[in-house]
Amino acid sequence: MSETSSQLLDVLLLQSGYNTTVVMLGAAALGIAAGAAGVFAMLRRRALVADALAHATLPGVAIGFIVAVLLGLPGRTLGFLLAGAAIAALLAALSIQAIRNHTRLPEDTAIASVLATFFALGIVLLSVIQTLRTGGQAGLDVYLLGATAGMLRHEAITLAILSIVIAAIISLLFKQLVLVAFDIEFAQTQGFPVRALDLAVIALVLAVVVIGLRIVGLVLIVALIVIPPAAARFWSNHAGPMTVISAAIGAVSAYVGAAISAVYPDVPTGAVIVLVAFAIFAVSVALGTARGLLPRYAGRHAWRERRP
Amino acid sequence: MAADGVLAPSRSDVQSADAMRSPPVAVHNLSVAYGGVPALIDVTWTSPPSGLVAIVGPNGAGKSTLLKAMLGLVPAASGEALIHGEKIERQYGRVAYVPQRSSVDWDFPATALDVVAMGLYRRIGWLRPVRRADRERARGYLETVGLSDLADRQIGALSGGQQQRVFIARALAQESSLYLLDEPFAGVDATTERIMTNVFRKLRADGALVICVHHDLGSVPEIFDHVLLLNRHVIAAGPVVTDFTPALIAKTYGVPLEPLGQAKAAPDDV
Repeated sequence: MSETSSQLLDVLLLQSGYNTTVVMLGAAALGIAAGAAGVFAMLRRRALVADALAHATLPGVAIGFIVAVLLGLPGRTLGFLLAGAAIAALLAALSIQAIRNHTRLPEDTAIASVLATFFALGIVLLSVIQTLRTGGQAGLDVYLLGATAGMLRHEAITLAILSIVIAAIISLLFKQLVLVAFDIEFAQTQGFPVRALDLAVIALVLAVVVIGLRIVGLVLIVALIVIPPAAARFWSNHAGPMTVISAAIGAVSAYVGAAISAVYPDVPTGAVIVLVAFAIFAVSVALGTARGLLPRYAGRHAWRERRP
Repeated sequence: MAADGVLAPSRSDVQSADAMRSPPVAVHNLSVAYGGVPALIDVTWTSPPSGLVAIVGPNGAGKSTLLKAMLGLVPAASGEALIHGEKIERQYGRVAYVPQRSSVDWDFPATALDVVAMGLYRRIGWLRPVRRADRERARGYLETVGLSDLADRQIGALSGGQQQRVFIARALAQESSLYLLDEPFAGVDATTERIMTNVFRKLRADGALVICVHHDLGSVPEIFDHVLLLNRHVIAAGPVVTDFTPALIAKTYGVPLEPLGQAKAAPDDV
């Protein structure tokens, strides 16, 4: 026990080899992007859309694999898998919008239907791939629940760079994204391109989903988008600090989760990251200075004491 | 506070002489429909150059729709609404809009000061963050509506009247000469009503035009000087003294002229 805990400490302190270090820093960068983009997914009430996009990437991953194999490349070429994932998620987003605009079905019905249908198609394609006479199929399930084991250094660096680009875009557009999230009609009368900004939120979420597939997996990536901002809300009543806190929570969750999974390689990384994020969420609900339960209770108590 | 913005347009986007001569709002044969159901039919109206205008009519009369059509927030089925003689797209940022209080999420992570600062975003520009000087400016508008003490309070922890005043302060921050407000007096306390009325009078004195969708017929004469009686069609429009008559009100609400007392009291809760 103490042996594994000292091993975990080594990993957390980046003392366990260059490759592990790169992967963990890549995970932290992903956490920053997910936490920051997640704030706007939450404020625009797009959490379910994010989940649908994530599940919808599965057929894209499978088709990316098949296309790579047909071109004589290794099936698990990251670029093909992520491009397939992005295209599939985009198609899912358009499907949700089409159902919403052309039928009178409620939006959550559209989202649930699209999520399940795309995921089902992905499962079927995965079983087709199992019958192919090529190597590497086994590695495809890491895209379901995520894994850091076996991740290549340049893959981790690519994901980290993409994450930082997402975070940079959010900080540049920050004011406008907040305005659209709070009061879209007012934003429009101010002359801001609200449709483009609204699409930007979806695009940023989609990008986080695709980048997060490898480490967190498509089943659980929504949690890294939703839980950090939900936790951050308990610490601040301002959108700016809330976004910074959310990004920090995302980074810590992904970093610690990746470290734990480096020590226990059999446990899916995504699951560990989500459990770490939830632990931070639980602490935030209890202690958060802006609207945590304990400070609120203490505040009420103090108010009672002050009364004559 | 509004005076410098209204009388001396210090902004870089100075309006053309043409736009200045045109009425602030001109609506020509405007029709709007929601899913095939007409909400406004052939509305034609020219606003006075300045003053306080109440848009009055029963529920479903298209009052909010007219306001939103002026702002380009709902598409016109036919006809058009012009702001200073131009399409709204060319006047965005020069019109201060106050939506209905119920249209936003008051649990949003924002304080009163944060929301007022939103009225400055256009002037701050795309990539510049909100700085200390901007926040000080915003604080000034909060003071105008009597809320400087509550600047740092989360907006959900404000009363309904205080929330409405935050919206008014955000509109004032735009330093506009044209204000469009959707039911600003709905469900507010007496203090808020008095403060808003004073703010509107000050704006009028500075030459601004303030248009409110308004529910309470009883307070029209004391607050407003012009009225637009609307029930999908324009029933009447003009100065309160000539056009806010019992006969025209009864026609607007589609109720019989007698008994007048009830007709005046009823529309609020239709």
